Amino acid sequence: MTAPLLSATGLHLSFGETAALAGASVTVQPGEIVALLGPSGSGKSTLLHCLAGILRPDAGQVHFCGTRIDDQSDEQRSRLRASSFGFVFQFGSLVPELSAVENVALPLRLSGIKRKAAEERAHAWLERLDVGAVAGKRPGQMSGGQGQRVAVARALVGTPRVVFADEPTGALDSLNGDLVMEELVGAARAQGTSVVVVTHEARVAAYADREVVLRDGQLTADSVLT
Amino acid sequence: MSFPQTLLGLLEPAPRHGYDLKREYDARFGQQRPVKPGQVYGTLSRLLRDGAVSVVGVDRADGPDRTTYALTADGVTHLERWLAEPEDATPYLQSTVYTKVVLALLSGRPADRILDSQRTAHLAVMRELTQRKRGAALSTTLACDFSLFHLEADLRWLEHTAARLTRLAQELS
Repeated sequence: MTAPLLSATGLHLSFGETAALAGASVTVQPGEIVALLGPSGSGKSTLLHCLAGILRPDAGQVHFCGTRIDDQSDEQRSRLRASSFGFVFQFGSLVPELSAVENVALPLRLSGIKRKAAEERAHAWLERLDVGAVAGKRPGQMSGGQGQRVAVARALVGTPRVVFADEPTGALDSLNGDLVMEELVGAARAQGTSVVVVTHEARVAAYADREVVLRDGQLTADSVLT
Repeated sequence: MSFPQTLLGLLEPAPRHGYDLKREYDARFGQQRPVKPGQVYGTLSRLLRDGAVSVVGVDRADGPDRTTYALTADGVTHLERWLAEPEDATPYLQSTVYTKVVLALLSGRPADRILDSQRTAHLAVMRELTQRKRGAALSTTLACDFSLFHLEADLRWLEHTAARLTRLAQELS
């Protein structure tokens, strides 16, 4: 077993009196696709936000590439997210004022790449995910499935080490949900990117190598593809 | 078929005779289709032959003889093995899993482990089906989808039940 790319150990996090995480631990290997499963309120989204350095746990540790990140400053964690992580959410992953190609190019532009080069790469990703036809459209002019595929392109365009996807198919019908998961998992595997996907749908979890099941902020099951 | 194991589970709390077992089985699991007395007595004979139950008394007070059966140590082992093993992940299995959950709760065993191991078994099959879909012809994809949707329905029932185990235990006790 290689060293984990990402690991959380004994995470606790409460919001007021509500304990969202109560000792959750998980590891993600390089290139591994992991599903976080569980009912509403089980803590799976909170665990994803802690792994991605968006939330800081009350107790426990998060390590990425061997470096502890949960005790880093907001600025350090922002830099880490921009350089190494990609994100796909159920809603609102895209900037509504920008076209699809501008949205996908955005992470590259923020890392200092010139507009022309960034938009060329963005176009290539839109074509790869079969949404080249909506390159000039804004999010409000696309279907839900097209919007999520554009969001997948934006999450992967910077070749991140990890993509965090929180209910990426939650607002889609089953056919579009399958397409988004096929594209997300297929493209991530092709470039060795790990994926952590939060879902309450077993069919979405079945795209992963392994599922981690949460209930009441704790892991109840962790199974590996045999 | 899970009927013999179900009888073992119903015998675990205390020895009973065949008619008592039929009544309890019908009340807990057979509302739609009560079991025939002959099936109960035939199954008890086979369990007796196999050493899973023993005869602990024959009541001859009035009417026909009534034999009282008790679970043996071998019977407990057999029952525990059956409870712990997930069912094959095929659609429409929830009645067997429901029976296991009820028997586990009646005997004070952790029912959530039954649901966890079943979820793992289901997801393993769902992963295989999802991998089979990759690059496959549409006819294969749709056949896999048929199984995936049915397995997902089982899993939704498992999650639904897992969230209500405490209430189910109270209702059964």
